[in-house]
Order: sequence, then structure tokens, then C-alpha cells
Amino acid sequence: MVREKIVVKDLNLWFGENHVLKGINISIPEKAVTAVMGPSGCGKSSFLRCLNRMNDLIDTARVTGKVLIDGRNIYDDAVDVSLLRRRVGMVFQRPNPFPKSVFDNVAYGLRIHGVRNKGELRERVEEALKDANLWDEVKDRLFGSALELSGGQQQRLCIARALAVRPEIILLDEPASALDPISTAKLEELIEKLKEDYTIVIVTHNIQQAARISDYAAFLMLGELIEFGRTQEIFTAPKDKRTESYLTGRFG
Amino acid sequence: MRRFKQFVGFVVLKTSVVVGVLFLFSLIVVIALNGARVLSPGFLLEFPREGMTEGGIFPAIVGTFLLSLGAVGFALPLGVLGAIYLREYAGGGRLVRIIRTGINTLSGVPSVVFGLFGLAVFVKLFGFGVSVLSGSLTLGVLILPVIIRATEEAIEGVPREFREASYALGATKWQTVKGVVLPAALPGILTGAILGVGRAAGETAPILFTAATFYTRHLPGSPFDEVMALPYHIYALMTEGTEPEHQVPIAYGTALVLLLLVLAVNFIAIVIRYRARRARKW
Amino acid sequence: MRDNLVKHLLLSCASLSIVFLAGITVTLFKEGLPIFKEVSVFKFLFGRYWYPTYDPPDFGILPLILGSLWVTLGALFVAVPLGVGSAMYISELAHPKLREILKPTVELLASVPSVVYGFFGMVFLGPLVQRLFDLPVGLTCFTASIILGMMALPTVASIAEDAISAVPRELREASYALGAMKWETITKVVVPAASSGIIAAVILGFGRAVGETMTVLMVAGGAAVIPRSVFQPVRTMTATIAAEMGEAPMGSDHYHALFGIALVLFFITLGFNLLADKIIKG
Repeated sequence: MVREKIVVKDLNLWFGENHVLKGINISIPEKAVTAVMGPSGCGKSSFLRCLNRMNDLIDTARVTGKVLIDGRNIYDDAVDVSLLRRRVGMVFQRPNPFPKSVFDNVAYGLRIHGVRNKGELRERVEEALKDANLWDEVKDRLFGSALELSGGQQQRLCIARALAVRPEIILLDEPASALDPISTAKLEELIEKLKEDYTIVIVTHNIQQAARISDYAAFLMLGELIEFGRTQEIFTAPKDKRTESYLTGRFG
Repeated sequence: MRRFKQFVGFVVLKTSVVVGVLFLFSLIVVIALNGARVLSPGFLLEFPREGMTEGGIFPAIVGTFLLSLGAVGFALPLGVLGAIYLREYAGGGRLVRIIRTGINTLSGVPSVVFGLFGLAVFVKLFGFGVSVLSGSLTLGVLILPVIIRATEEAIEGVPREFREASYALGATKWQTVKGVVLPAALPGILTGAILGVGRAAGETAPILFTAATFYTRHLPGSPFDEVMALPYHIYALMTEGTEPEHQVPIAYGTALVLLLLVLAVNFIAIVIRYRARRARKW
Repeated sequence: MRDNLVKHLLLSCASLSIVFLAGITVTLFKEGLPIFKEVSVFKFLFGRYWYPTYDPPDFGILPLILGSLWVTLGALFVAVPLGVGSAMYISELAHPKLREILKPTVELLASVPSVVYGFFGMVFLGPLVQRLFDLPVGLTCFTASIILGMMALPTVASIAEDAISAVPRELREASYALGAMKWETITKVVVPAASSGIIAAVILGFGRAVGETMTVLMVAGGAAVIPRSVFQPVRTMTATIAAEMGEAPMGSDHYHALFGIALVLFFITLGFNLLADKIIKG
């Protein structure tokens, strides 16, 4: 029996008058890759951003329902958003390293959360870069600008940056959409490795990618969760007609 | 016929640019040629002598240096913090609109009115007297809008993705501003500060009654001393002297020093902005 | 909690511009209003004689208002055609490389201190005007207008350029698609579409010129009489304040009268700035 890391109950999201997510119920298993698929504009990125409360940054956003992580609702008033986001790391569509050195990028989150000791910083930066399969490529240029790296390296750096603060969950928002095939392959290999230690939720519009890397898959359309289950089952025997049409490329 | 009209039109437009450039050019040439004759190390490093008809302009250079640095020292922190509020914290309500109108209006106030304000408030009300401090504060108020605008522009240029990445790591707003937004906006803010120095160094009317004096035998020993300043020195030499044949050449030299200073400062600002724009990969 | 504290600190910095603006307004009223116990507002504004040190003194600022108006209108005659023409050239005709040079040049023109312009007017343009038109003196309304016009040129040019650049490409393409030539497109489509921005540029240019102090103080000649010809010396409101404040005993009627002039000047520039603001924002 797999343990459920994130349990979403009756989640609704509005941007102003716009009802973006409609009554989502889903349970995301621990230490596995869950892919969220769906046509553009179906709300999959917005869903992801509900899991670390990034939608809080949008003035018009309004959320109802519950998101339980390890049984605790992250929308409780008592929850410290800063600590929540430390536990739930996020990597974005386009690589967005800060205009700082490689080292400072990875150390950024650590410093924010109060790590000041130089030795400890070094250790954890190295550890995060190794975990992100990037160490060998950047160990000689730790203090060069992160913007000098290639797109794929930048994206793995962003993952390292997220890993450095030792999260439990990693949210990936179409992380390969700006990358070439080779970089994408490296990234997928990395995700494969990371799921041993982390719970991973990845949003993707790439069906093959979802099939390749995910253990579970969710299909969203027009703000509703149409289907959720083991990836293999969803791809071989979808229960819903709309899932089937999407997977066979009839819209999207 | 249409072609001819277009030809004439283009010539007129081109002429208007040429006139402006020519004017700037002749101003620089006239001042450079005449000013260069008196320019020497002694001119820069000596005190004036013989009732301002001989000697150098050292105290005026020092005075201008102190006044403009003082002004930026006062306006930079306030302006940067204010701009951060406007760009990162304020939601764009009524208050922000009022503040923006205030900044715009402040930047349109005639410089001589700043001088009167400084006279009434800093010199008289606060009792700072005619002094470096009063002059710096007056100039600081004058360049505040310059700093705010430059900072706002710089902050606006920082991509949203940087902020998101920082928030996603659990950073608070202030941590994000301090750790990501300000470093990325630094070249723009620096440009603003430099432009502020240039502006403050060249202003005369605001220091006329708040800081400047025609002649001192000493450099200012404290912020409460009055100072000589380059722009005021030019004005005084041209209007208050009794021996124009000796004073006009000194005025030329002073004008050249001031012009070089201000142009250099602006040039540096332009270069920083240009290089920052080119180096920027985001 | 800590973020809240930071927010309030930042807000107070942002509000400082308003505080200073209010300070300026209050100061001008406080120091300017007492003069109206001595002369009526009407006599102050429309009195034909300004003899503040006679016994009994005359505090009529009509000659000063007219002096400012003449010089400023003259400056606009120079700055508007040249400024708008330059803006059109820079944004529509100039090669991108040339544009990269011209835009900073315009900025440099704006950064030259007004005292340097004034100096240039006294030593170069004044004598030139005197010889060309065979005048008894070279420092006249005409001379001041030219210099002031060159100073207002960058303001006019840069704001007009923004307005012209903001005209959408589709409009130009629509015009070309109908067979219009470049000149026709510029004059019949682009400029009308940018007209509100250009008008705002002219108004801001006016605001800039009417508040300018050192240049007119040095170049306009300084006669406080109602001007009859552009080749006469005139004296503006700003120049009067700058020239006389140093000699007016603090708290005297003369002192208050100078603040009264500043009050009038402040509201003129405020009015024009708000007007331009309104036009730009539509």
C-alpha cells in the first residue's frame, strides 16, 4: 500500500471571476512521480501552484477546499508559508537562475533559511549539485555566473537550488518545455533518480514524457480532474472518453 | 511634387537635429578653447588670490564635491526605499497615485523655489545656517525624484521569474527584495545615483541662499560651514566682479571644469546603463 | 510581522516626496502671504512697477510676469520646432546606429548646467546678437529666449520622441499600404496620432523654461520694466528672486514679496505640470 503524501479535497480556485479549478479531489502518493496532463489552459499549472501556495502572490486569486500534506491543511491560517515552500520546492517552465554565481544560486535558499556557516554552505551546495547531476559540469566554475550555463544546465541548477533546502516534495512546471532533446533526456534521467527520495509532481503537455517518467498520471480538462490513476492503466485503458481522445491526440 | 515635398521635409527635420547638435558643439568648443588656456594643476589645486583675479578654484571644487555627495547621500537611501515601496509593496491604489503625482510635481518645481524652501526650512527653521548641510539637504530634495524614477525603472526591469524562484524557496518579500531584486537592479540604481550627482553638482539657484559663498579662505571644517561651489563661482565671477579682464578667464576655466565634470558623470551613467543592458541575459 | 514593519518604513520613504511638496507649499504661503497685508493681491499681480527698495516701495510684479512670459514664449519658438523636428528625425528617419548616438547627445544637452548656458550666453551669444542686430546691449529677451530654447529642447524632444515611438506600427503600415510616402505617413498619420504626447511635451517645455533661473538671470539683461521689444533687456520672476533674495533683509516686506513671487511661479509651473500629466494619461 503506498502512502499518500498530498491529499487534495474539494479544491476550487478563482482568478477574479474566472473559475480556474473546480472541485479537485486527488491523492498524490509519496516517493513517486505523478504527472499532471491536459490541454493548454486546463489549469494544470495553477493546480501545481496551489500545492505550495504560489497563487497567494496573485491578488485576485481565491482558494477554497483543502490541501493536506502529511495530514495537515496547508491553507490553515497558522501555516507559515515560508516553511511550507521550503518543504515543497518548485522548478519553473523556463530556467530562471538568479543573475548570481552558480554557488550563490544554490546557496540562496540556504541563506534565506538561516544557514550562515561557510563550511556547511559549501557542503550542502556540493551535495545539492551532485544530487542534481550537475556537479561534474560546474565544479570548476562554481563562482562563474549562472547565466553562462546552457539551458539544460540552468534547469538542473534550478533543481539543485530547490534540492539544497531539503524539500520533501518537488513541483516541476513543464520543466523541459524550453530544452532541447538531449537536455530533456538528462533531465528525465534525473527525475527518475530523484523519486527515490522525493515526492514529485510534474506538469507536462508532452504525453510521451508523462508516459516515460511518471508512475501516476492525472488528466485535467477545463479545470476539472477527469481521471487519475496508475500511468500504465491510464495509458492502456483510460476509463473516460475524453482522456482517450486527448491521449490519441484529438485535442490539445 | 510629392517627392519634392518629402525631400524638403526631410531636410527640415535633419536641420533641426543639426542645429541642436551644433549648438552643443559650439558651446563645448568655445568653453574648452578658452578654458584650456587657464587650466593647470595650480588652477585646480590653489586657492583664489588677489580678490579672485588670480589663483585657482580648489575650494569651489571641494565644495561642489561635498554638496553633491551630501545630496546623493541624503536622497539615495530615501529614494531607493521609496521606489521599492512603489514597485514591490504598493498595490496600485489611490495612495500610490497621489504619491506618483507628488513625485512628478516635485520634479517640476523650479530650482529657485527649492532654494527658497531650503532657506526658510533648513537655514532658518532648523537653524543649520548657510552651510554645506543646508545646501546638501536642499539639493537632496531636488534630486529625490531623479533617484526614485531611476530606481523604479531598474526594479521594473527585473523579471518576475526571479521573484517567483525566490518565493518558491520560501523567501519572504523583504528577503526577495534584498536578495534578488535589488542586486539585479543595481546597475540601474547606480545610474540614477550618478545622474543625481551630476544634477546636484550643476545646480546654482538652490545653493544661492543655502550654502554658497563667493570667497572663503578655508575649506569647510564642519557641515555647518559655508562653501564655495563651481556653479556659483562662475555666476559670481561674471556678475559681481570689478575686474572682468582677469575674472572672465577664470570663469572660463571654472566653466570648463564644471562642464567636464558634469559631462563625464553623465557619460559614465550612460556607459553603465549601456553595458548593463548588453551584459543582461534575461 | 517584520515584513509589516519593513512595509511601513518603505511607505514612509515613498511618502517623503509628498511631505517635501507640502513643505514647499506651506513655506511659500507662510513667507509669501504677509506681503498681501501691504499690497492687495490685485496690485501685486498687476502693478506696473517693481521698486522694492524705494520709499515707499512698489511691489507690482506685472513686468516680471511679462518678462517671464516673453522669454518663455520666445524659448518655445526655438524649442518646439527644433525639439519636435528632432524627435521626428530620431524616431522616424535616423538609422538605428545614428539613433543610438543622437539620443545620448540629447541627454547630454539636458545635463549641461544652467549656469554654463548662462555663461555661454554672456560671453558668446550676447556679443554676437549685439553685433548682428547692432544693439546697445546684447543681453536681451531675444538672447535669453534662444539659450532657454536650447535648454528646453531636450525636454520637448525626448517626450515627443516617446509619443512618436509609441504610435503602433499597424497605423504606419496601413498608410504605406495605401500608397503614402514616408513624409506623408509621418505628417498625416504618425504626428496626429502622437499629438497629445507632443502637446504634453510642449507644455512641459514651457514649465521647464518658465522656472529656469540662472540662465535668464545672467543673459536676459535684468531690467524690471514692461518689455516693448524682444531686443530689450527683461527681468523674469525667477531672476528677480535669485538676484534680490541675498539683499532682502529677512522678514522685511521685500523678503515676503519675493516669496510671493515664488508662490505665483510655483502655481504656474504646478498648473502646467498637472495639465501635461493629464494630457499624457489621457
